[in-house]
Amino acid sequence: MAEKIEIIVNGKQTKISTTWTIEDLVQDLDLVGNQVAVEFNGQIISRDRWPEQPVGAGDRIEIVHFVGGGEEDRCLTS
Amino acid sequence: MSDKLVVAGQEFGSRLIVGTGKYESFEVMRQALESSGAEFVTVAVRRVNLTDKSKESLLDHIDRSRFTLLPNTAGCYTAKDAIRCARLGREAGLSNLVKLEVIGDERTLFPDNEALLEATRVLVKEDFFVFPYTNDDPVICKKLEEAGAVAVMPLGAPIGSGLGIQNPNNLRIIVETVSVPVIVDAGVGTASDATITMELGVDGVLMNTGIAGAKDPPKMAKAMKLAVESGRLAYLAGRIPKKLYATASSPLEGILS
Repeated sequence: MAEKIEIIVNGKQTKISTTWTIEDLVQDLDLVGNQVAVEFNGQIISRDRWPEQPVGAGDRIEIVHFVGGGEEDRCLTS
Repeated sequence: MSDKLVVAGQEFGSRLIVGTGKYESFEVMRQALESSGAEFVTVAVRRVNLTDKSKESLLDHIDRSRFTLLPNTAGCYTAKDAIRCARLGREAGLSNLVKLEVIGDERTLFPDNEALLEATRVLVKEDFFVFPYTNDDPVICKKLEEAGAVAVMPLGAPIGSGLGIQNPNNLRIIVETVSVPVIVDAGVGTASDATITMELGVDGVLMNTGIAGAKDPPKMAKAMKLAVESGRLAYLAGRIPKKLYATASSPLEGILS
């Protein structure tokens, strides 16, 4: 069995394989075709760099998209 | 008639900008966008829900060849969070437009103008086209313009309140004070509010709750479309001065005596 590490995706503890890149994670979450943006430890990683960015234990990843919004609601929490 | 809203280097045939929040379904939203005649719509940036991915995506219901997206930083309470949200919105939407909100108070949703100005300066340096949501205060609007905002978006009344324009005189002063477009954001409750707003000479009006919260949102969207057009036309036509006493409109000559 492949070794697993823990990372945090959208605030939740998640176990992934040690060899994954952001591209692998986004694919695993079935979000590749969606218009999403990825933040990796506070830095935005553009789509073309997803395959190059390895994910290691303890990394924090935020995956965001557009939702209906007008004048208010709540943004991401830091 | 060529009377377009020109902002951030783009032309819009409608002066009504609508939000996409609070609709009971994507279908109702789609119908409301359609009947509003708007070409410019706001969207919010949020975490993808990873536990329930069955939810459809908003963008499946907005034809991007017809509607320009204006990502907002709604719900951000610090300049840092708003800047972060703006950058993520740019990455997700591949557009440099941002409706910048930095909220200073949860109960009134009034902006934190100090943080707003700070965030505007940072984002302008990063080549964003910044549309800041602010108070109906000519001084802060001028400062935002000087900081490089492409438009200013003063509120007509608190967000979602539907109170209508509370301080029309301030909005008129803002129109005279800044040279960037003035787009009134928030406070419109019904069609007459939208007309009154446009009669002040502002360049556009943004609303969400006034349409999405109506009993029949597509019908209200149509009402708002007509109201915005009416108000704009009346402004361009130039209203008569208000007078205390009557002035006869039928000729006085030839009256039977």
